[in-house]
Amino acid sequence: MNNIDDIIKGIEEDFSMFDEWVDKYAYIIDLGHNLPIIDQKYKDEDHLIRGCQSQVWLSAEKDTEGNIIFRADSDAIITKGIIALLVSVLSGQKPKDVAQADLSFIDRIGLSSHLSPTRANGLSEMIRQMKYYAAAYASQE
Amino acid sequence: MTDIEIQKIREQFPILEKKIGRYPLTYLDNGATTQKPLCVIDAIRDYYLNINSNVHRGVHTLSQLSTDAMENARQKVCDFIHAREKSSIIFTRGTTESINAIASGYSQILGIGDTVVISAMEHHSNIVPWQMACERSGASLRVIPMSYEGVLDIDAYEDILKNNRVKIVSVTYVSNVLGTVNPVSQMIDLAHKYGAEILIDGAQSTPHMPIDVEALDCDYYAFSGHKMYAPTGIGVLYGKRKSLEALPPYQGGGDMIDHVTFEKTTYAPLPFKYEAGTPNIEGAIALGVAIDFLMEIGMEAICSHEKELMDYMTSRMKEIDGMVIYGTAPQKSGAFSFTLSGAHPTDIGTLLDNQGVAIRTGHHCAEPIMDYLGIPGTARASLAVYNTREDIDRLVDATIKSKMMLLG
Ligand SMILES: Cc1ncc(COP(=O)(O)O)c(C=O)c1O
Repeated sequence: MNNIDDIIKGIEEDFSMFDEWVDKYAYIIDLGHNLPIIDQKYKDEDHLIRGCQSQVWLSAEKDTEGNIIFRADSDAIITKGIIALLVSVLSGQKPKDVAQADLSFIDRIGLSSHLSPTRANGLSEMIRQMKYYAAAYASQE
Repeated sequence: MTDIEIQKIREQFPILEKKIGRYPLTYLDNGATTQKPLCVIDAIRDYYLNINSNVHRGVHTLSQLSTDAMENARQKVCDFIHAREKSSIIFTRGTTESINAIASGYSQILGIGDTVVISAMEHHSNIVPWQMACERSGASLRVIPMSYEGVLDIDAYEDILKNNRVKIVSVTYVSNVLGTVNPVSQMIDLAHKYGAEILIDGAQSTPHMPIDVEALDCDYYAFSGHKMYAPTGIGVLYGKRKSLEALPPYQGGGDMIDHVTFEKTTYAPLPFKYEAGTPNIEGAIALGVAIDFLMEIGMEAICSHEKELMDYMTSRMKEIDGMVIYGTAPQKSGAFSFTLSGAHPTDIGTLLDNQGVAIRTGHHCAEPIMDYLGIPGTARASLAVYNTREDIDRLVDATIKSKMMLLG
């Protein structure tokens, strides 16, 4: 597993190739389609983050090596694509690294508007929850 | 209206020249709020440059000027909605506050066994205040059902009136989600036949058609300035004199009193009984100017221009494969709600925005409609006088492109 900063660098390189919004969003939509389908058992009230417009489901578990594994889904495909990006950065990492991760790359690849709390798609709350889980696991170590 | 006339109107809205990225702005979110013409923007500036001072208070010249300007605006509103007397026009923050004023008054006179009636297609602003009034008073809330097309069931409405002690009905003239124009004239007559008062939510009707509250004979009528080319923070509550005099006032404070002692306060006459505190003076004046703007074009002309666009939009959008239209009532105005089967409305909205097309997505503050339709939300394009067929063409092209990106 690469470390968080390396993965982010890779994402920024991918996004730097897109001149057109169409290419960027086509890529995000593709990521959304390719995000592994999550088990129905995670799509319940306990895992739901209710946005005003789209909904997000998130679960966090620790694997045998102590890494944090995130599974997530959304009913909106663009939201799901951005989830896929975040999962690719944060899932499988050490809880401490997740808790401290700098996610400002979202701004640099031009997706910050999707994360504004007023966007109400559940994404900003999802990031808050991911960090919250990570901090909780880290504190158990 | 001719293309040249529309072009002349557009010139008064400089914001419409903006680019979103490299696309021209296509503004179709007028149901949320309209853009403002230069005359309205100038009116706010003029007010602060030349006559700013508090109203109804000072003997000094500026206070007289601002008071006159505000009362002049009140007269314009009165004429615009064909009210009988100017004292029936109360300035509020908007539709929401207007409805709250009446619901709050009613919460004090309703009792157990009384019924409040709303419809299945109300905005949250015309649901929650009544729920609160019912909770406080012990009255019950009944809802007029609608069909899947978005047409209210008038027989069911009459049954509710017949079988309950209905004190007040509160329904929207035009649905902000489905665009349905409700048969309010008939609904008003029915309410009166069974001894109930009736409030009409005019947020989505007043910008789009001629309004005559005297002919309608409604007891209360509420609307917002910002949806009809005036600034935010100003709106109107119209009420019949005898109704407004009978209800207890909404808020207490300065301006709304006649005499105050610590033992007892007597209230000022209408409309001031309902205007506690310093009002939004420049907003009221600017609303008057927005009304001048509308009257100059003519509400009939606006209505027929927008109807033509609505028909054009409906027929063009229908051509798109997978298009699902919500709200197919025979009489529609302003709002056009849709989804593409297999696509989430917020995804549609995001991709349209990237093409400069501003629409609204989500539940549009009317969650019960979404529950009834069994969907998370819709995408909604909504019209104003400055929209053109080119705007519709751009919406259609952008929707087709979004569809290809989302669904292949
Ligand atoms: C039908 C209807 N009623 C009430 C409102 C509330 O208006 P405001 O937010 O201006 O008070 C709206 C605004 O969206 C509306 O469309």
